[in-house]
Amino acid sequence: MKEITVKAMVENIPQVTEFIDMELEALDCPLRAQTQIDVAIDELFGNIAFYAYSGEVGDAVVRFEYDEATHMASITFIDAGAPFDPLAKPDPNVTLSAEERQIGGLGIFLVKKTMDDVVYRRENDRNVLTIVKKIG
Amino acid sequence: MNITKTQNGTALTIALEGRLDTTTAPELEKEMKDLLPAATELTMDFAKLEYISSAGLRVLLSAHKVMAPKGGMKVTNVNDIVREVFDVTGFIDILNIE
Repeated sequence: MKEITVKAMVENIPQVTEFIDMELEALDCPLRAQTQIDVAIDELFGNIAFYAYSGEVGDAVVRFEYDEATHMASITFIDAGAPFDPLAKPDPNVTLSAEERQIGGLGIFLVKKTMDDVVYRRENDRNVLTIVKKIG
Repeated sequence: MNITKTQNGTALTIALEGRLDTTTAPELEKEMKDLLPAATELTMDFAKLEYISSAGLRVLLSAHKVMAPKGGMKVTNVNDIVREVFDVTGFIDILNIE
């Protein structure tokens, strides 16, 4: 298990992506899975940066774990902001025309579709969101 | 992300290189705000675009809406990973992808 703690700011998304990419590259993760994970980081860490601390700057922890037996990589995002379960929202309607389209909710929907599992829990006054992806 | 603009009369081509995500989408949005009013046709060249997240989709959707009453917007040279994002989100049916 490895983790970093960074300020929950949009400017820190590249640092988080780089941390995870280094772990994935060391495991010979296929480019396609790595890219899907990078997009998921953008969506999820971006959400935390925008919403978790309502205008203030707080910390976010990003944790990487890998299960060799199942080839499952898990990335967990932890923040101490207001309770927010991104999985509670209904999925957006992706069949609407351009005029009727809402972008809200599309990011988390994309994450749900490209990851093998997405799990949210509220633990010790923290939001703990884990994405799981098979990388081998 | 690098943004390369080519103008041929009022036909505008914007080529993107790198990642269109939360960090870089505002740059593209700003360029488009400046350039789209004078453009009658827009081509987005994604040959060197590595990936796109929902922040990028938001910018593409608004550009699509601005261009729709004029000459329209087309998206070219889409790689498999970007295409999958368009597919999952239904953008494949909204955008004019060549």
